[in-house]
Amino acid sequence: MSEQYLVNIQHEKLSFFTPAGEVKALNDVTIQMKEGEVLGIVGESGSGKSVTAYSIMGLTADNGKIVGGTVEFNGHRIDQMTEKEVRKIRGKEVSIIFQDPMTSLNPVYTIGNQIEEAIKLHTDKKGKEAKDRAVELLKLVGINEPEKRVKQYPHELSGGMRQRVMIAIALACEPKLLIADEPTTALDVTIQAQILELMQELKNKLGMGIILITHDLGVVASMCDRIAVMYAGEIVEYGDTDDIFYNPQHEYTKGLLRSIPKFHEQEYSKLIPIEGQPVDMLNPPAGCPFAPRCDSCMKVCLSAKPGKTYFNDVHYSRCWIQKKGGNN
Amino acid sequence: MAEKNLLEVQDLKQYFPVAGSRKVVKAVDGVSFFIRKGETFGLVGESGCGKTTTGRAILRLTEPTGGKVIYDGNVIFDGASGKNIDMLPFRRRMQIVFQDPYASLDPRMTVGDIVGEALDIHKLYKTKQERRDRIISLLATVGLNSEHANRYPHEFSGGQRQRVGIARALAVDPEFIVCDEPVSALDVSIQAQVVNMFEELQDKLGLTYLFIAHDLSVVNHISDRIGVMYLGHIVEMADSDELIFHSMHPYTRSLISAVPIADPKIARASQRIILQGDVPSPVDPPSGCAFRTRCPYASEKCAAEAPAFTEVKPGHYCACHHLDKLN
Repeated sequence: MSEQYLVNIQHEKLSFFTPAGEVKALNDVTIQMKEGEVLGIVGESGSGKSVTAYSIMGLTADNGKIVGGTVEFNGHRIDQMTEKEVRKIRGKEVSIIFQDPMTSLNPVYTIGNQIEEAIKLHTDKKGKEAKDRAVELLKLVGINEPEKRVKQYPHELSGGMRQRVMIAIALACEPKLLIADEPTTALDVTIQAQILELMQELKNKLGMGIILITHDLGVVASMCDRIAVMYAGEIVEYGDTDDIFYNPQHEYTKGLLRSIPKFHEQEYSKLIPIEGQPVDMLNPPAGCPFAPRCDSCMKVCLSAKPGKTYFNDVHYSRCWIQKKGGNN
Repeated sequence: MAEKNLLEVQDLKQYFPVAGSRKVVKAVDGVSFFIRKGETFGLVGESGCGKTTTGRAILRLTEPTGGKVIYDGNVIFDGASGKNIDMLPFRRRMQIVFQDPYASLDPRMTVGDIVGEALDIHKLYKTKQERRDRIISLLATVGLNSEHANRYPHEFSGGQRQRVGIARALAVDPEFIVCDEPVSALDVSIQAQVVNMFEELQDKLGLTYLFIAHDLSVVNHISDRIGVMYLGHIVEMADSDELIFHSMHPYTRSLISAVPIADPKIARASQRIILQGDVPSPVDPPSGCAFRTRCPYASEKCAAEAPAFTEVKPGHYCACHHLDKLN
C-alpha cells in the first residue's frame, strides 16, 4: 500500500518543547498523496500547515520532535532518518519555495551561484555544465535574458523575479515533490497570477507533485486536486477540491467560505465572520479544538474529540454533527 | 447619504528625494478625487503605486510637494500658497488606522494608555475617572473589555491588536478615518470580523472612510466608490459595481481578472489576463502613460503623451487613449 504513495503520513504527532510547555503542533495528521497530485493545505496562522509540510523534508526546529506516527516520502522513512541522510533527499527529491523571496535568497551571492549550488550538490554536473543548466532553468521559469541574470544579485531583481529564481533553484534537480509555502502571499495580485500560472505550467511539463500551503481559498480553488483544511494542528476536513467548496461539512470550513467577500457576485452580502480568536496552542481545549468558536457547538464537543466521518472514499471531516452518510 | 464632499484632493503630488542623486521618486503624481460625507472610498493598487503615500499626504503625516487638500470646506494644504496651516484642530476630526497591528502599537504602553494618549493630547477629559470611563467605553465599542486596558500589546492576537488600533483612532470622535490596509496582515476568518466592525462603526458613528488596500475583493466589498492607482496616478475611478463589472482601463481589467476566485468551477473557466513584466521604477517612470510598458494596447501615442483623466460616463473617470478600442 505504501508504495503507490509519494507522501504517506500516518497519524503524525509533532510537538515543540518550549520553555512555556509542550506545544502540540500536530495531532494525528494523516496525508496520502500520489505522484503528480496537487494538494492544498489551508488554515490560519499557527494551524500547523507549514509544520506538516516541513516534516516531509525532515525540517523541524531544534525544539520540535515527531512524537508519534510515521512520515514516509518516496519510499524513505523520514522520521527514522538522520539529518545526514535526509540532506541527500532534500533539494533533490523534494524541494521547497518559501513565502518571502526577499529573505530566502542570499544577498551576497549571484543568482547563478545559488542555482548552481543545488545542481553541484546533487548531480555530477560541474563547471560549465552546471552553468548551462542554471541558464536553462532560468529560461524554464520565464526569466528573460537568463545569461545576463545569472550574474546579477538578488537586490537587482523584483519580487516576482526573485520568486521565479526560487522556483528555478527548487526545480534544479527535478524533484518529485515541490512544497510551496505561501508562494504568492508576499506578491502583488498581478505578479501572483503570473507565478500561479508558471507553477501550473511547470507541473504539467515536469509532472511533479505539489503541496501548496496557503490561507487564500482563491489560490487553492484554481490549482489543487485535493484540499486539507487544518485547524489547531488537526486536519478537520479533507477531500477533493469540489467537495470542499461545494459540499463543505466541517463548521470551520463552512465558516471560512462564508467569511470571504463574494467578488464575482453583484449583490452585496454581509460577511459572516468566524467569531472568537484562534486557539492558544499551549492550552488547547479538551474536545474539538474549534468548539469554542463554533456556532453549532454541543455538549459533547467540549469534552471529547470527534472522529472522522467519511462522505465518500476521500472526503471526510472531524465533527460531531455529522452522522455517517448524512448530509448535515 | 449626503451629497456633500467631505474631502477634496486636487492634483496632489508627493515627491521624495533619492539619496545620493538629484532624482526624485514621484510617489504620488497629480492625484485628484473627492470623498462624500458618510461614504467609503476605496483606493487599490499594487505595492509602490502610491496609495499609502496618498493617505498619509492627505493627513499631512508627510508634507505634500504640491496640490491642494480641502477638508470640509477648509483648505488644509495648498502647495501654491505655501502657507503653513495648523493641523491640530483637524487631527481631532481625521484619524488613521495602520496596516501592521504589530508595529503600530508601542510595546511599552498598556492598551489603556495607547487609547488614552489621544485623549491626553486633545485634553478631552477633566478627571482621571472620566478618562478611564472613556477608555473602557472605547474598548467596548471595538469588542474588547475593561480588563484588556491594563494589558500590553504582546498579549493580544493580530485581530485584537487591530481593534486596539481602531479604538485609538476613535478616541477623539473623528469624522474621517484613513484605513491603511487594516486587514491585510490578518487571517481570513479574522479579516471578516474587522471588516464588519468597520461597517458597523460607520453606520453607528456616521464615519467617512478612505479605505486603502491591495485586495480588490475586500475593497469592493466595503467601498461605495473605488479609485485604481498605478505608479502614482489614479487611472480609473467609479462606483464600486460600475468599476468591477464595467471596467474600462486595461490595468483595472487585469487587476480584476487576477483576483483569485474561491470557486473552483468559475476559477477553472475564467481566463486570466496575465500582465507581462513588473511595475516600472517610480524613479524613472515611462514617458506618456505610466502603464504603457505592460499594456497590451500600447501605441506610439501612449509613449508621447499622458492620457487625460476624463469623465467618460457620469461618475466614471478613466485615463486611457484607447477607450474606443476597449469598449
